[in-house]
This record gives sequence, structure tokens and C-alpha cells, in this order.
Amino acid sequence: MSKLNLSPNLEDTDGFYEGLLNAHNGLKDADIHALNARLILILANHIGEQDILEEALSAASAALKRD
Amino acid sequence: MVQARYQTAFRLYPYAKVADQAASTPRRHPVVIIGGGPVGMGLALDLGKKGIPCLVLDDHDGVGMGSRAICFAKRTLEICDRLGCGEQMVQKGVVWNLGRVYRGEREVYHFNLLPEEGHKRPAFINLQQPYFEQCLVEEIRAEQAKGAPVEIRGKNRLIGLEQKDDHVLIQVDTPDGPYEIEAEYLVACDGASSPTRDLMGLGFDGRTFEDNFLIADIKMKADFPTERRFWFDPPFNRGKTALMHKQPDRVWRLDFQLGWDIDRAAEIDPDKIKSRVAAMIGKDIDFELVWTSIYTFRCASMEQYRHDRVFFAGDSAHQVSPFGARGCNGGMQDIDNLAWKLAMVINGQADDSLLDSYHEERKYGADENIRNSSRTADFLTPRNPAHVLFRDAVLDLVEHYEFALPLVNSGRLSTPCTYDGSSLNSMDALPNGPMRSRPGSPMPDAPIEDGYLLDYVATGRFSVLGINCDLPEHIQLKSYTLPCLSLRSERDVLAERYLGEAQSAVFLIRPDQHIAGRWPELNTLALEHAFETATGGS
Repeated sequence: MSKLNLSPNLEDTDGFYEGLLNAHNGLKDADIHALNARLILILANHIGEQDILEEALSAASAALKRD
Repeated sequence: MVQARYQTAFRLYPYAKVADQAASTPRRHPVVIIGGGPVGMGLALDLGKKGIPCLVLDDHDGVGMGSRAICFAKRTLEICDRLGCGEQMVQKGVVWNLGRVYRGEREVYHFNLLPEEGHKRPAFINLQQPYFEQCLVEEIRAEQAKGAPVEIRGKNRLIGLEQKDDHVLIQVDTPDGPYEIEAEYLVACDGASSPTRDLMGLGFDGRTFEDNFLIADIKMKADFPTERRFWFDPPFNRGKTALMHKQPDRVWRLDFQLGWDIDRAAEIDPDKIKSRVAAMIGKDIDFELVWTSIYTFRCASMEQYRHDRVFFAGDSAHQVSPFGARGCNGGMQDIDNLAWKLAMVINGQADDSLLDSYHEERKYGADENIRNSSRTADFLTPRNPAHVLFRDAVLDLVEHYEFALPLVNSGRLSTPCTYDGSSLNSMDALPNGPMRSRPGSPMPDAPIEDGYLLDYVATGRFSVLGINCDLPEHIQLKSYTLPCLSLRSERDVLAERYLGEAQSAVFLIRPDQHIAGRWPELNTLALEHAFETATGGS
């Protein structure tokens, strides 16, 4: 059974998205990657549960594949 | 002819001609051990103490030069205590518990390896491998004097073997020419490039890591602290890692990451090494080079550690990166596991199927070591830009937020394997018992009235531990006598490690001090069943 929540769950969807974009504004490519790596690690630590994280990795990889 | 492959540090078992070489038909030996390194000698000592005749064949006549393995873990020391030579090792070794990790010139964090009290042995000692081997050989000599049936033959090289129905036929070369012997069981402890494995045409699959490391063992008078110090991106080795570790005799292990594309000949040049060392320890400090080596590493394992009458132990069966000290410490757990099984089968106390559990349990242990050691190598030697990205992100985050500390991987140091799921375990029958003493675990040490628990466990045989239960002195199961140790415990360390919320407990302890089963009180029928299970019956 899936433990990863793939239904809408953000308290403030547009507010979060705006903040995400703002954080990336004006960054060079290398810093964009560096920022995202840090963000991923911070969020992963907050989630903590290994099976949810593994599902999230799979879900992200699956969404990368195009037909 | 037996060509030397390396220089020896101590000549401990010079070649001598023996009667087997002139025998008209090959002599039969119960156990022949190929290779007299720490694993082979450890096995010989363990078998010899159990009265099992064994013969060690080594193609040299002493201990190889170079410190090589230097970190010996608590579990290895506990095994050596059981074998009688742990104290000598600890006396000679350097005890350390503190590790520091730096990035550039700043300390990022430090850790204490054993934040827990109540263990006789420290988390680790540092001791040059030749000393470790010498302690084992000296203990074998002491046991031989008391009648232990161990024989060591120096300059005896394995050159052929053939599995027969009830033995292995072995061809051996010596300075006086070749001869043949037979072995009921052969154990290959002949290292990562195992000649036994090659002669049998067996594979050794794994991953090679694209990196070179330089070891420089130096002798100096300067007093650096007794700590493991690890650097990411230090000023003296930019973009790479470095390690500094203390050994006995004022010797220090320095380890420099070099990268993949290097000029090996230039890097091993003593002048180049000396300038690296000076940049690390400071230009004003006098030192001499004791031993240097450039190594690459791989993580590899055989598919099967048992092939009929031939067993593989230590590096011959599995190889790991040096980070985490899981090579020699893993090998010592192999022989700890194999010796009692061979002894019981040879003595007719257990069926041959018990020997299959050696592969089952130690392959499980080796997989754990390979997993840990590969993960460390991936952190230290990122393989692509994405790996670099996350490694650097971790190292940056750790300076801001505590959560990132456990992600830094400069080596996950060897801890003993718990054989979860082993076919020798009985179901855990102690409700709310502590996890750390569940069936499959190596017994955790604990202080007791007269010292430490592990010193009071019967050596070399199955035994029973009772806490807050009155056990007889012995329990007789058919032809096997189990000595019993009865202890009282209330709200102390022993209770925390062995009782948890239970009022009392009974443990069946294997000869290697792993726990085979546990119950709230003595139930002879359950004990008998667990003993059968733990000795390979069903």
C-alpha cells in the first residue's frame, strides 16, 4: 500500500510555488542545482520515513520518463 | 621452488622438512588451512583449542611487512579474548574512541565511537597487522605446548587440489620439491587474490572503484592527539580526502586520496611522499617513512563460501574497501563462525548440514560489510556530477544544521553482525526482551559482580545463561553437556541489555557467543529443540 501522498496536499499551493520560484531567481545554473540538492535533503530529513522516500524517488523517476 | 611474494616482518615458522613429504601415500589431515594471515592463524588457534587437528600451509615463513590492517574492533578483541590473546593485543595497541571530521581547515563534527559504558573492550584499538598476527602465532605456540594439535608449515605453497568423495587431495610445493596430502576439510584463508579460488576456477565478482589512495606510515615524535582525524578538501590535499590515525611505536597512518588518473611511479617516489607528509603535519616536524603503498580497491564477493569440502574465509571470500575497517574484522567473524561448526561435525556432534550455515551466516555478514563499505566509497569518491552535488550539499548543510551530520560518511566502522533470519536461530520467545540480545545477536558485554560477562561465558562450546532463574550447574541434552551460568540482575546494565521488561530470562549461547534462543524461564524441551536447530537439525 502506498504511503506517499500523491493527492493535492499543500496548504497554500500558489504561495509555495511562488516562494520556490523566488528562491531560484537570479541564480546561476550551478547554484540552482546546489539549492535544489539542499532543499531535497532538508525535506527528506523532515519526512524521515524510508519507504515514503523510496516511493517519492520512484514517483519522480517515473515522471521523468516520456513516451 | 617457493618464490617469495613479499618481505616478512617476523620470521615465525621457518621451513622444515616433515615426514609427510616422504610418505608413500598422502597423509590425511582433518583440517588443512591455506594461508597463515590473521584469518588462517585465528582459525588454527580456534580449532586447536577445541582439540581439532589442523595444519596451516603458508607460502612464506613469517608475517608480511607493512602495517596494512590497523583497526581492530571490539568484536575482534572479544573473539581474541575467547582465543586467549585479546589482552596482549590491547596492551600493545592504541585505544581510541574519538573521531573528528574536518572540511578544509574547519572541524565539521566529532564523534565518540563508544558512548556507552559497561564493556570490557574499547570500540577499537589500532595495532599494526604484523603484531596482531604475531599475538595469534604466539598463542598457537602456547597452546601447542599444552598439546593443541596445530601444525604450521612455512614455505609450503598450494599448487593443486582435487575434491574427492571423502577428502580433498592437495599438492604442495616446498623448497625440497612437491608432495601430496589429503584433507577432510580445506579452508582457504589465502587473501583477496586467493590461489585456492583460482585453482578451482571460481569467480569473484564485484565493483572496482576508480580511485587511488596513498598510505604513508610515518614515525615521528610529535604528539598529535589519539583520534581518528578525517579531512574533506584539506589545504594539503585540495579537492580530495585525507586520514590520520595513531598506531603503536609512535607510528602514524596517513592516507591521502589521489584520484584516478595519476602517475603511479611519481606518486610512490619517497621525496614526493615526504613533501605531501610535510604539508600535512607541518614543515618543522621530523619524521621517517616506515611503509608506503598506493592502493585501489574493489568490493567483491564469491557467490558461495562453501564448495563441498572447501571453505573460503576472510578476503579470499569477500573484499571490501578499507573505510570502516571491515576487512580483517569481517574475516575474524568468519573464523569465529566456522571453527565451532567444523569441530562439531568432525567430532560427530552435528550433521554435515551445519556447515552450510557458515555460508548462510557469513555471506549475510559480508553483504552487510560490502553494502556499508560501498556506500562510504561512493561518498568519498563521487562517480558523477550529481554525486558531487549531493556530497557537497551534505558537507555544506552540516555546518548549518545538525540533521545533516549522520549523512556524512567517512566510514561506517565495523560492528558485529547480527544473524537475523539465520536458520540456526530459534524464534524469539522472550516477550519485550531487548532488541540487542535477540536471537542471532552476538552477546553484548556487560559488567557483572566479578568483572565482565563475556569472561564468564564457557568458551568453545554451547552454554546456557540464566538471569534471575536458578539453573543447575549443567544441563545434559543427550550426549552434549551444556554448562550453565546463573546471574542475578535488577535495574542494572545487565538487565537493560538482557532482560528489558522481562523479570527473568534464559539464553542458549553458541560457541561463538551468538545467541541462539531466549525464553523467560528454563524450559528443557524448548532448549533441546533450540539446540538441535542451532546445530543444523530441524
